[in-house]
Amino acid sequence: MTTLTINGAERTLDVDPDTPLLWVLRDELRLTGTKFGCGVAQCGACTVMLNGMPRRACVTPIRTLAGADVTTIEGMSGREYDAVQAAWRALDVPQCGWCQSGQVMSATMLLQQLPAPTDQQIDEAMAGNICRCATYHRIRTAIHDAARTLEG
Amino acid sequence: MLRMTLMAAVLAAPAVAQELRAPDQITGANDAARSAALFTEMGKVLQHPRCLNCHPVTGGPTQGDDMHPHNPPIVRGEADFGAAGLNCNSCHGTENIPYLTRTGSIPGHDPWQLAPVSMGWQGRSLAEICAQIKDPARNGGKDLAAILDHHARDGLVGWGWAPGEGRTPAPGSQQLFGELTRAWIDTGAVCPAG
Ligand code: FES
Ligand code: FES
Repeated sequence: MTTLTINGAERTLDVDPDTPLLWVLRDELRLTGTKFGCGVAQCGACTVMLNGMPRRACVTPIRTLAGADVTTIEGMSGREYDAVQAAWRALDVPQCGWCQSGQVMSATMLLQQLPAPTDQQIDEAMAGNICRCATYHRIRTAIHDAARTLEG
Repeated sequence: MLRMTLMAAVLAAPAVAQELRAPDQITGANDAARSAALFTEMGKVLQHPRCLNCHPVTGGPTQGDDMHPHNPPIVRGEADFGAAGLNCNSCHGTENIPYLTRTGSIPGHDPWQLAPVSMGWQGRSLAEICAQIKDPARNGGKDLAAILDHHARDGLVGWGWAPGEGRTPAPGSQQLFGELTRAWIDTGAVCPAG
């Protein structure tokens, strides 16, 4: 049994302790906004916020999360997140969308750490989030747009 | 499961794995020569890919026994902890975690981060590494006793001998590495030439 907070609600989970958080989110809790891409921390599709920082849910066993605070794309809020969401919508960033909840997590963290990132800083921050549809240019533009709205 | 993992790691160990000799097996014409020989033996650990991969001189970490660039591409970042938005803990947790979808594991430890630039060793000679290790301006303010403690007891150093499935451990053991370090210090902490 592991008890943790997911999107603000306390959850007690009775699953094999080695079960990755990603499996729990999608299969047990039906929070399917977080995606499976690779299972080996190579694509970023499964990124959630763990105690306020991005974390690959596919390599995070539930047994390591007692007392943790997890936020998935369904539960995100806050200044940077709102700016990212608005910029993403305005530019129609997603194509198929599979990678995008992970992209949004990394972009939100980037803007929390660096309010006005350069192209290079964006590329470095987003290097762990692969997009099969190659929406990279729109992602970069949207992060700049979000940063500008945060300035004002 | 753990035993199987360890066995697999040992069986899979490629040619880079080497024995680490104990201090009493290391001789020299005098204390200084023996001290330098002891450090050369320590070099089997210090220059092993498990240690070098996170002691880069420029840029970010490398991976694997062939020390290829880390994938995804990772920069050092201001805190030796990756880029803003992509810190080391985005993927690396507090312990090694076996993959469920294929063989291998993602390494982890608490803490998990790069050695500072001043402790970058990749491409350096053993003499240069030795000088860095002894220099408090570059070793995080450590005297010889603190270096011994670091080698013999630090958890992240120790990870080198328990690196998880799919990675060759550093040669010997942390205890043996500590004993070599103690003997090196006791004989004058002499650096090898070259
Ligand atoms: S599914 Fe976790 S990083 Fe790809
Ligand atoms: S939008 Fe299709 S994978 Fe990124």
